[in-house]
Amino acid sequence: MLKIEGLTKRFGGFTAVNAVSFEVHKGEILGLIGPNGSGKSTIFNMVSGTLAPTGGSIRFAGREIAGQPPHRIINLGIGRTFQIPRPFRRLSLVENVVLAGYYGQGRRSRLKAFEAAERALGLVGLPTDRAASVEGLGAAALKKLELAKALATEPKLLLADESLSGLDEHEMDQAADLLRRICRDLDITIVWVEHIMGHLMRVVDRIIVLDHGEKIAEGQPAAVANDPRVIEVYLGTQAAAMRAVAGTGRA
Amino acid sequence: MTRSLRWLGAAALVGLPFVYTAPYPMHILIIILIWSFAYTSWSIMGRFGLVSLGHGGFMGIGAYVTALAWNYGHVSPWIGAPLGLLAGGLLAVVVAYPCFRFRIIGHYFALVTLALSGIVLQVITATRDYTGGSLGYTPERYKNGSSLYAVQFTGKTTWYLIALGVWAFGLYIWHRVDRGMLRYALEAISEDEDGAAATGVHVTREKLKVTVLSAAMTALAGALYCQYQMFISPDTVSGIAVSLQMVFAVVVGGIYVPLGPTVGAVITIMLAEVLRVSFGTRAVGWDNLVYGILLVIFIIFLPKGILGSLLALRRARRGAAAGE
Repeated sequence: MLKIEGLTKRFGGFTAVNAVSFEVHKGEILGLIGPNGSGKSTIFNMVSGTLAPTGGSIRFAGREIAGQPPHRIINLGIGRTFQIPRPFRRLSLVENVVLAGYYGQGRRSRLKAFEAAERALGLVGLPTDRAASVEGLGAAALKKLELAKALATEPKLLLADESLSGLDEHEMDQAADLLRRICRDLDITIVWVEHIMGHLMRVVDRIIVLDHGEKIAEGQPAAVANDPRVIEVYLGTQAAAMRAVAGTGRA
Repeated sequence: MTRSLRWLGAAALVGLPFVYTAPYPMHILIIILIWSFAYTSWSIMGRFGLVSLGHGGFMGIGAYVTALAWNYGHVSPWIGAPLGLLAGGLLAVVVAYPCFRFRIIGHYFALVTLALSGIVLQVITATRDYTGGSLGYTPERYKNGSSLYAVQFTGKTTWYLIALGVWAFGLYIWHRVDRGMLRYALEAISEDEDGAAATGVHVTREKLKVTVLSAAMTALAGALYCQYQMFISPDTVSGIAVSLQMVFAVVVGGIYVPLGPTVGAVITIMLAEVLRVSFGTRAVGWDNLVYGILLVIFIIFLPKGILGSLLALRRARRGAAAGE
């Protein structure tokens, strides 16, 4: 579905992403992990069109999309959420999602946009009444709003950026289950970036590990967790947690 | 209740010239309506943080194209005014597209448009052999008296009704934009361009849409002013002073509410008239001084403008009453 080859991004003399290649298969949840600064978000920004790559290719459904503007990429069917939620405070909660539903689906119809928004809000568990405001939403609700906006564009591929950061244990569990459900029930392929690994291991089908802008491992969660290079990168508690989760098998 | 009140107000405005025809107040009302329409046109983009200081340029283009087409080409304003709108729209694209494409926003956008005001003024002045320069310009009278073909009317009642219709049309467009998806996109863009783009909004295109709409409407205001006054000069329909006056009036009236620009027009024009009538030639330029002081006061203490603040106050009262 998505094929990335030799993807490179340099900022001046600094290489944020160095010749990364991987593929995303239809129907899977692919986890993209790595410590802070490993290039995960940069890859997302290139796939979604926010940044233009320095080199390499990004093919989506057989079509080269590297360097295309964000609005075009969304209309091809790639939705994304942001690490830091970006609600539009001058719009109501529903309007936020309707906006995405309208412009993210090639401005087809207002009615469809409202329907898509209602479905997306219902799915993530946010109120659908017209009067609801964005003001006063907590971290968890803002994450849900991000997800609802991305879903309202009816993507084929969803790029979820750090959906768990800033959430408590219970909320993390819920959010991870929600992504699983979106993948299974809506038939949306997901690439999930996270640096908290425990919850991600439970839900994803495959994992890619990045470090300093390079891919250092790829495979089943259990195999990746036991990879010596990955353990080296994730020294300490997180590696232990990974092995513990992988050892008990996936739920 | 507000609905029936609105119809009553509309009926009163339409009926007014049939019961009351004193020429001076009618003239003031027509002028207020024309400028209200121009200010409304400005606010259609201004309310989304697209602060243009170049709308005097668009107004001047509308006025001069209509007048020049009539005098030199014997083209009826029915065609000349649309030509002016087209020219205004084109100029808007030429100026705004590079700005939006290269993300010139906020103060920098305002400065670019300020230059546009100056350029249009300079062009009108420099081509004085055709436009009369700073002395002004007069469309030729068609035969003698009223003509639908020439859009020249001697009666104030006709002009009042035309201006009223155009003003109502401006409000209608304001509401259309307000209820449409364009508002969603522009509110989002005004807050976070990258975020808006990430939800699928073609940022440049949506900004350009509202800018062209606003510029073309302002050009229409210029054409209307030209036909009514039968005299235009760079100082009255173009240039930086006119552009700044638009911003001032809208800020005073209320930039976020549909009737805000109209309230702004009533206040600024009444102020200028009162100063002129009570102080005469001794007060030339005083209105600008008062505008300046008021503008500072409004931006600091009443950023929503007079009407905007009043409506917000009423809403807060109602909310409090409903909460009890």
